[in-house]
Amino acid sequence: MTHITEIEVLRAGALTTVQDLGRPGWAHLGVPRSGALDPTALRLANRLVGNPEEAAGLEITLTGCAVRLTRATTVAIIGAEVAVRAGERPGDTGRPLSLPAGTVLTIGPARRGVRSWLAVAGGIDVPAVLGSRATDTLSGLGPAPLRDGDRLPVGVPLGEPAPVDVTVGPAPAPELHLTVRLGPRDDWFTPAAVDRLLGTAYTVSPVSNRVGARLAGAPLPRAVAGELPSEGIVLGAVQVPPDGQPLIFLADHPTTGGYPVIGVVTDVTPLAQARPGTTVRFHGPQR
Amino acid sequence: MRIRPVGEHALLLDCTAPALPPAPVPAAALGEATLVEAWRAELWRRREQGDLDAVEIVPAASTLLLDGLRDPAATAALLARWAPTVAATASTATASTATASTATDRPSGDQPGGDRPDGDPSGGAEVVVPVEFDGPDLAVVAEQWSVDVPTVLRRLTGTRFRVAFCGFAPGFPYLTGLPAELALPRLSTPRPRVPAGSVALAGPYAGIYPSASPGGWLLVGRTDLTLFDVHDDPPARLSPGTSVRLAAA
Repeated sequence: MTHITEIEVLRAGALTTVQDLGRPGWAHLGVPRSGALDPTALRLANRLVGNPEEAAGLEITLTGCAVRLTRATTVAIIGAEVAVRAGERPGDTGRPLSLPAGTVLTIGPARRGVRSWLAVAGGIDVPAVLGSRATDTLSGLGPAPLRDGDRLPVGVPLGEPAPVDVTVGPAPAPELHLTVRLGPRDDWFTPAAVDRLLGTAYTVSPVSNRVGARLAGAPLPRAVAGELPSEGIVLGAVQVPPDGQPLIFLADHPTTGGYPVIGVVTDVTPLAQARPGTTVRFHGPQR
Repeated sequence: MRIRPVGEHALLLDCTAPALPPAPVPAAALGEATLVEAWRAELWRRREQGDLDAVEIVPAASTLLLDGLRDPAATAALLARWAPTVAATASTATASTATASTATDRPSGDQPGGDRPDGDPSGGAEVVVPVEFDGPDLAVVAEQWSVDVPTVLRRLTGTRFRVAFCGFAPGFPYLTGLPAELALPRLSTPRPRVPAGSVALAGPYAGIYPSASPGGWLLVGRTDLTLFDVHDDPPARLSPGTSVRLAAA
């Protein structure tokens, strides 16, 4: 099928992937959920261009990207603080941008935060795999990360989007405060480990990606030696490998794993904007 | 059985002895695997009936994860009242139902009322996997088991395996059925690339690599069978509960 509109990738950047709300329901086969690291941001970008919230868009990382739409279309960008240019003119994030046919759209690099989501009226219309168009960087399902010269099909726009008043949230914070619920394996750690987790600051390590945010800080000592048999993992699980440095699982996390999970972070979306070196503090749930 | 909290939307059903840290694999794994399989069948059946709203039911070595629950506390109260039929599960491992092989792993959290047959604790028909037993680690396995290579092959082809769980990669099955005392260590240095279709052993499990990947399991053979294809329905040939026999190709 020939699509009326296509996206031409002029500069793919460090990591630009197709993302939607992921593929839940297949974890028992070892298929990760994947999807946008900040689904709320992607949903909003979709609403701004009149798409269903679950339409596929692009997730753009740090260094940005440049694309050209072959036909006149509407786009919206939500996420990191980035410079946007539509041809020669500056563009804004957080509102719909009408682009004439052939406009070169340049996004980023990010000045604050890490990731942006680009929605295009009609949505990115690559074939769905197990119900989702998301790129899963762990298992390799979905389209490969974009490369210079790629062309992506765009679906048919549904029509005029509803008006939106306020769209831009607060800028990424220099220090993240994450709520963590202990369990399921907090009893594999010493009481001192739980005190450290909740009482000291960690920093986001450079070896972080869509699978997980690795943290550096006070190591979390184990109370139980030996290996944990492999068990199911949820989004936001704080897993502790033998070096004691915690790792928070994000969208492309594996479905089962063999290191004990000391607790689960309630909302991981702020981590989508956490640059290496960002301070992370854990708190118990509010009572 | 013990229910452990997992964040705001999930529970972990722990099939190890209550209030004790789980014993490491392999000592207790096989008895627990039977209980996990019984609970898997029970929970899939309960979800099919609409008694359980989990989006994901993920069996593993000695636990099941229930994720995407609207009210974990209410689900925990239900779980305390439910019981799986362990004896039935153990015995029906030999009673295949020929019609069930393609209908067992639709995620009914998204599609309630799917076509999974009710109350089929064996999880479907037996799948015969043709294997060319020419793996580079056969001699290592024979040495570890203190037998000769033909005996290794007889043990592998004579074992009624069952998919305990999947993980590591889409469609990678962890097959139980070997006696616990035959558990094997992983390679101290994993291979950077294990070819797709490799049949391998590690711990108390057998496994089959659905696609090429790094891996540290001991390689005993290879199969041409496609284990995972996103265009198939269901995408995985071997899903939790499926009975598996390895046959010399």
